[in-house]
Order: sequence, then C-alpha cells, then structure tokens
Amino acid sequence: MSKVEKVDITKTTHIEHTADGVIMVTNLDLAVNWARKNSLWYLLFATACCGIELMQTGGPRADLDRFGVVFRNSPRQSDFIIVAGTITYKMAERVRRLYDQLADPKYVLSMGSCSNTGGLFQHSYSVLKGVDKIVPVDVYVAGCPPRPEALTHAILKLREKVGREPYFKNYVGTRFFKFMRWIKNDN
Amino acid sequence: MITKEIFEKLKEKFGDDIIRLDESVKDPFVVVNPQKWLEIAKYLHDDPDLYFDFLMSIAGVDYPDENLIRVVYHLWSYKHRHMLVVKVELNRENPVVDSIDSIWANANWLERETYDLFGVVFKGSRNLKRLLMPEDWEGHPMRKDYEEPKEYHGISTERENPVYLFHLVKPPEEE
Repeated sequence: MSKVEKVDITKTTHIEHTADGVIMVTNLDLAVNWARKNSLWYLLFATACCGIELMQTGGPRADLDRFGVVFRNSPRQSDFIIVAGTITYKMAERVRRLYDQLADPKYVLSMGSCSNTGGLFQHSYSVLKGVDKIVPVDVYVAGCPPRPEALTHAILKLREKVGREPYFKNYVGTRFFKFMRWIKNDN
Repeated sequence: MITKEIFEKLKEKFGDDIIRLDESVKDPFVVVNPQKWLEIAKYLHDDPDLYFDFLMSIAGVDYPDENLIRVVYHLWSYKHRHMLVVKVELNRENPVVDSIDSIWANANWLERETYDLFGVVFKGSRNLKRLLMPEDWEGHPMRKDYEEPKEYHGISTERENPVYLFHLVKPPEEE
C-alpha cells in the first residue's frame, strides 16, 4: 500500500481567536483523515471460527461501534475488509473480487493464523497459504482465533495508519489542486 | 442382523457377486462385485429384512501396492438398527463404479468428494463434479502419488518458512 508519512500536528496547526470567532488553520490531510479514521466501515467476511470472535468484537462487550467501526454487508459501502478465517483456493478468487469491489482507499486486515499463513491447515491440499498471496494486507492479527481485545488493538493500529496517510497525495492527486487553483483564479 | 447373517442372505441372492466377508477387523465388511453394485444396493435398500434406509458415508482408500482403490460404503438401518460396511475394489488406473444416488440422494455429495479426492468416476451420477477443489484443478489430492502443483492461477501454493526468510537459520541444502 501507500507509504506512511508522519505529520507533525504542532507545526501545521494554528488556532487564532479573532473578533469574528475562532479560526483554525490546519493541514487538510489531517482534517480529512480525522473524519476518515473515525468512520471506518468493514466488510463482514467471516469464513471460519474467527468469524465468531469477529461477531464478539462487534457485540456490546468489546463494542467496536465506539470507534465508528461498523459492519457493512456490501463491499461497495466498506472501507476495509476483515478476512476472518481459512481461505481455500476455491474461495481465493472470490476474495480477490470482493477486494476489487471495495471503494478506494481500501485496506485489508488479516485476522487469525489461517488468514495470515494458512495456519493449522497450511499443509493441506486445498488451503491458500496466507491471504497476502492474493491481496495486499495492512494489518496482521496473530491468534487462533484472536481474542476481541487483539482485534480491537489491530483496528486501532489501522486507525493510526489511516490518520497518518497523505490522503490527497495518494488518492486525490493533482486534479484536486488544479480545481482549487481554478476556483482561486475565478474569484 | 449382524454382518455375517446379512452376508449369507446376500450370498443366497447374488451368489458369486458377493466376493468375501472379512470379520477379522472391528467393523466386519463385505466385498462385492463393482459391476453388480447398483443392483445389490437396491436390494439392500428395498428388502424388508435389511431395509438400509440411511447411507452414512462413502470413503475412498488408495492402495498403490495392490494397484487398487477401495470405495467404502457405510449403511445404517433406522428400522432394524443394524449397520453394514460394503467395499468395492476398483482398478487404480481406471476406477469406475455405478452411482447410487438414485437410491440414497445424499450419495451425490459423498460421491463428488470421492471423485474429487481419488478420481473415482461414478457412472450415471446426476451431477459429478469436484466438491472441495476448484473445478479446473489438476490431480486428485488424496492419492498417495499426488504431487501438488507449484501454482494455481498465478497463486503460489507454497509459503516461505519465516525462519529462513529472515536469515536466522540456514535452510537445509536440497539433495
């Protein structure tokens, strides 16, 4: 995936108290990422016992909703996919298709040993040896299956990554800056 | 009825097509002629004294030394509460046996699994295609001489050992 650069908030953010009210000048990446990282939606994709822990994590005790992380049933509404469980060769192409259907920017969280490396079944004839053979993975969670706390920690790590990304450079590109210049000249 | 009684009943009806009875193992089994298997299965299912109304499993076993694949059928009767193990012996080069999914409908998936993993062709099956592996997979994985292909649709089927990946330990030299 894209290269992660650290942004120093103290250098780029200024707050001024004026007669008209408070004016805040900040890095646009930071402002957009702040919104993005607080509403990460994941695609429900549970193929094995990790799915049970995934449901636990979404439930009231671990409560992923408090981070703005809620499940979606369609890849077109999701920001990232949690691959929870064993992936067979038969399933592999479907996983790739689901990944392709996610809207950019998209992330992959590989949950559990099976998804990371093939796990218990890695000498089997039908099991894919790690989901990173077919899609780029951002965060790996170890465990068989991982506890809800581990998955929550992984999602916090993903939030950190989303928060640090140069969003405009990576995903919006030069078109946006041309557009801004055009607005500026027009006024 | 115990297996010996069932064997004698079958022997009376089918004669030489019932090849032998083996009682030396925990689950005694009957070996039958694969050409007549469909007929025998129909009799096992319909006869009021036998009445095997449930097919528990179909499994394949590969014997490369004897050049045989044995297909094992486990039958159970809910009415009489007795069990029968039937084996058919097939040539390893060209294993073909009659499908019994017209008698027990659940045989279809069990046969598909056996076809997928051992390459046993079930003649007259309703829907004989691979069950566990992708449909364009090559080879039958549970055969003893099976070699896994290096990649499938561009996906590597091997995973590097992380111990060797980080150069912590030298990998053993290949012969």
